[in-house]
Amino acid sequence: MKRRKNYRNLTQRFGFALLTLIALLTVIPIVAVVAYIFYMGWSAISWEFLTQFPTDGMRSGGIMPAIVGTVILTFVTTILCVPLGIAAAIYLSEYATENRFTRLIRLALITLAGIPSVVYGLFGLGMFVIFFQMGTSILAASLTLAIMTLPVVITTAEEAMRSVPQAFRTVSISLGATGWKTIRRIVLPEALPGILTGVILGLERAAGETAPILFTGAVFSLPSLPTSLLSPTMALPYHLYVIATQVPEMPLEIQYGTALVLLVFVLGLNLIATIIRSRARARRQW
Amino acid sequence: MENNISWREFTITRIVRAAGYSAIGFVLLIFFFLLREGLPALTEVSVLDLLTTRWYPTEGFFGLLPLITGSLIVTLGAAMVAVPFGIGTAIFISEISPRWMREFLKPVVEILGGLPSVMLGFLGILIFAPDLRVMLSLPTGLSALTGSLLLGAIAIPTVVSVSEDALDAIPRAYREGAWALGATRWQTIWRVTLPAARSGVLTAVMLGIGRAIGETMTVMMVTGNAPIMAVYLRALISPVRTMTATIAAEMGEVATGSVHYHVLFFIGIVLFVVSLVVNITASALIFRQRKRSERILS
Repeated sequence: MKRRKNYRNLTQRFGFALLTLIALLTVIPIVAVVAYIFYMGWSAISWEFLTQFPTDGMRSGGIMPAIVGTVILTFVTTILCVPLGIAAAIYLSEYATENRFTRLIRLALITLAGIPSVVYGLFGLGMFVIFFQMGTSILAASLTLAIMTLPVVITTAEEAMRSVPQAFRTVSISLGATGWKTIRRIVLPEALPGILTGVILGLERAAGETAPILFTGAVFSLPSLPTSLLSPTMALPYHLYVIATQVPEMPLEIQYGTALVLLVFVLGLNLIATIIRSRARARRQW
Repeated sequence: MENNISWREFTITRIVRAAGYSAIGFVLLIFFFLLREGLPALTEVSVLDLLTTRWYPTEGFFGLLPLITGSLIVTLGAAMVAVPFGIGTAIFISEISPRWMREFLKPVVEILGGLPSVMLGFLGILIFAPDLRVMLSLPTGLSALTGSLLLGAIAIPTVVSVSEDALDAIPRAYREGAWALGATRWQTIWRVTLPAARSGVLTAVMLGIGRAIGETMTVMMVTGNAPIMAVYLRALISPVRTMTATIAAEMGEVATGSVHYHVLFFIGIVLFVVSLVVNITASALIFRQRKRSERILS
């Protein structure tokens, strides 16, 4: 009996050790990679690097147009996708009954979330660039990114609205508010932190994507900043791809510097989302 | 006044409903435009020619098999990384680690999920591939193996978060019951919690695989991009090329409306259908589990 118990303890110890090891092997490389990019890229960062055009075929100078391009793409994507996404989430959370059509919408969301990013690129090329003749442009790329981000925004926003207690709605209606007034004054403000978190996480993904903008809006080099929504643009992820694979004798410092700027952009969005989420959780009283 | 309000309610309901249905519209639009640009490939190149083993578009060879096997082998390798590490980490986070550690581990895994794939490809080229080449003394580090390892890393966050949700959803009473019967924590995890969360974990694996099949930039940068049939296991250490990488690498250089262009869109259709099947199967699994647990608990 004693021996059997020891054997069980041994198995448990071994099993826990193994799982701990697996978790460490998963997590440590992530931390290491982030730290390494900071370490290697730090020396490239200067005011000039962030504010100048590249020179000498990207091998010196700054990456300002790529940074500006990514900011513009992310911004236009937000404008295109957030209102539609929140409206759709309001429908799913507040209006829709569980019927066949609602299930079809959910199926469509699952499908949209699973479509490979490069297929979004093909779709954007076929529909926006060629069929609607937008050419490779900020607008075409942002529309493509917006449709790709939509399922993330809808799903998280719906979840946030559903977590608002039903009693809030009942009280609002019983005080004479209409359905829409209840949503606008009660449900949306309460769900706002959750919605924002979802939106930011969706945008984080959109900002880092390369494949969807590859044939819809990104170019390698521009003489000047884009002047309208119909001009093509440089973008950080695409820029990193090109200087890492296509430019011979590319200085390592600039490569790591570009990677660091992209990383900070993405991590910054992630951090904002985390802060909003934890502050909302601390303040919540229900 | 009364009329005004009901009119507004009516309009808003319409708008919001249209937004909800737009999701279905987008799926149909995507499918329509893929078909529109991709289906001509079937008349320009016969189906039999698409099922050959030679991909050499400039000479008119459009055999898709090397690309399909390339995608399969890289995805298989990625699954072999992502499944043990993803599920293991999820179990650790949900069942073993103390609370403070969980608060640290979850955001870190989330960061991995947020890293742009182009950045992993970049690190793959500069660090990972050269190291792997030296370690295994290969002719080149840009191989299916490098792609698999990095792709596994990309799939891990999906596997972790979905399986962790599944494990968290198991009622505490299950665990307490097992402990009361004298089971150790390890036995409880292994024989009670994990089997109870089985379909959720399976969903996690499916979604992770779906993520891996569709990944583009990383595989394009680190797999060496050689459209060679990957039949034997040694293909793991040789360069391959996936369907996604082929589209991304070649679409920029083809003339709109050419045969090559149509075939690339046809590959897009294949990817679309594969991801559709994988994701819908995965969500059907969750649905089935919910029904089953409702039955048990009622």
